[in-house]
Amino acid sequence: MCGIVGLFAKSSAVEERLGEHLAAMLVQMSSRGPDSAGVAVYRDPALPGWSKLTLYTTSLHEDWHGVRDALRDAFGACDEPSVRSSHAVLVVEADADVAESWVRSNRPDLRVMSAGEVIEIYKETGLPEEFAAEFQLEDFSGTHALGHTRMATESRVTTEGSHPFSTGLDLCLVHNGSLSNHNRLRESLRREGIEFQTENDTEVAAGYLAWRLHEGASLEEALDGCLADLDGFYTFAVGTADGFAVLRDPIACKPAVLAETDDWVAMSSEWRSIAVLPGAADARAWEPAPGVVYVWEKATV
Amino acid sequence: MAVATTETAELEVVDLETTSVRELNQRLHDLAGAVPGRHRFRILNPSGAHALACGLDAEIEVEIEGHVGYYCAGMNKLATVRVHGNASTGIAENLMSGQVIVEGNASQSAGATGRGGLLVVRGDVSSRCGISMKGIDIVVGGSVGHMSAFMAQTGCLVVCGDAGDALGDSIYEARLYVRGTVTGLGADCVEKEMRDEHVAQVAGLVVAAGIDADASDFRRYGSARELYNFKIDNAGAY
Repeated sequence: MCGIVGLFAKSSAVEERLGEHLAAMLVQMSSRGPDSAGVAVYRDPALPGWSKLTLYTTSLHEDWHGVRDALRDAFGACDEPSVRSSHAVLVVEADADVAESWVRSNRPDLRVMSAGEVIEIYKETGLPEEFAAEFQLEDFSGTHALGHTRMATESRVTTEGSHPFSTGLDLCLVHNGSLSNHNRLRESLRREGIEFQTENDTEVAAGYLAWRLHEGASLEEALDGCLADLDGFYTFAVGTADGFAVLRDPIACKPAVLAETDDWVAMSSEWRSIAVLPGAADARAWEPAPGVVYVWEKATV
Repeated sequence: MAVATTETAELEVVDLETTSVRELNQRLHDLAGAVPGRHRFRILNPSGAHALACGLDAEIEVEIEGHVGYYCAGMNKLATVRVHGNASTGIAENLMSGQVIVEGNASQSAGATGRGGLLVVRGDVSSRCGISMKGIDIVVGGSVGHMSAFMAQTGCLVVCGDAGDALGDSIYEARLYVRGTVTGLGADCVEKEMRDEHVAQVAGLVVAAGIDADASDFRRYGSARELYNFKIDNAGAY
């Protein structure tokens, strides 16, 4: 099953309360995904020349200031860590890919949940309501966000197997469905140099997008490629620095609904999540067509 | 539940912000066998909740003010359920009799397996509309998505707009009428002659649905009856 939600703010009022709306949407999807929950929030862009890392630890007593000091030693400057439960955001004066590589090499015990200029990813096992409280989602402002509630079918219930999966700098993917050719595709992508950290099918879709984008495809082209190369059932929501995209497989067994007002664009597995948004009753609502890529970006809205 | 009285029937207003779906459905089920035309309900704040007004078995009227979740008005007998909004997956699934009217759009599998009664959707319906229908009549004011009327056994599907790919795949004896274009016909589904009796049937259904459409504009599709029996010549295909 699984539930996915996305919210794109078109007004400053919605930007200010993005986290509060996101939490409400996520909690509505609890029955679709009680195993784990996660969000990607696009907020507080790093200054030019700086980047943001969201790091995850399994340690109960992680010394995040020690991590900051080590990043300062490596790159010259790093802001105070912003800690939420098992995750921390560190803003460092370095390119995102360089800082990410440094963490992977020097602190392999930490997991890089996201890297980029605006993205932050948080995810944990447990009920969406507990997750929203634990990570204080209501505090977040931001331009857009994706969320996921998981009912695991293809792999274990772990923090690492939770969504969203980061697919590259400032990119992430959430998925409702299951892929049937992920083992073979994972092997092909490994030969192309894409690294995988789990046996999860969604991570393969994320890796596929990362590979296509790295090869020069636009987001729309990369998602079109999914229609040819991914076998299975899926509704995807993909977050980028500027907006988000939605794609359903051509058979379209997995649900999705889109809605738009003057203040926001929202997608969800079910209307229940959208009904909690301000002005939802008067929103224009429709079901995305199978095999069609929908994109909202700051430049176009 | 506030109670008001009208000339024709008692009107009960149920607000789902303060009443649970289970309480609402139990209230409606308790009316099984009630005197026809004596009970009307107005449901507020459905907010996409699932299984609203399911399993009704009385000649009552239920008006739902907003969008509904999965399987609204499923298994309905006798009652008239009207949704002033959009409907999610499986509206009027296994409809037995009565009427279900959706003023907006409907999602997948609308009217699936329905055995009787009338489902009207004024807007569009997505994929698998009328899948395995067994006697229900469905009138769609807009268009239907792919795989509509898959394995449809009997009843009528009237589409005032267009139909998506694989219409009527593996169809038995249901009648499909489409006014617009059909992206593609499914296995064993063919276009058939639109005779006077068929024009009359469509005319009756669009009038019953309250939709203004000229019955002579529709084309008819149905089973070529080539899949009914196993053919030894096709053995190589399996």
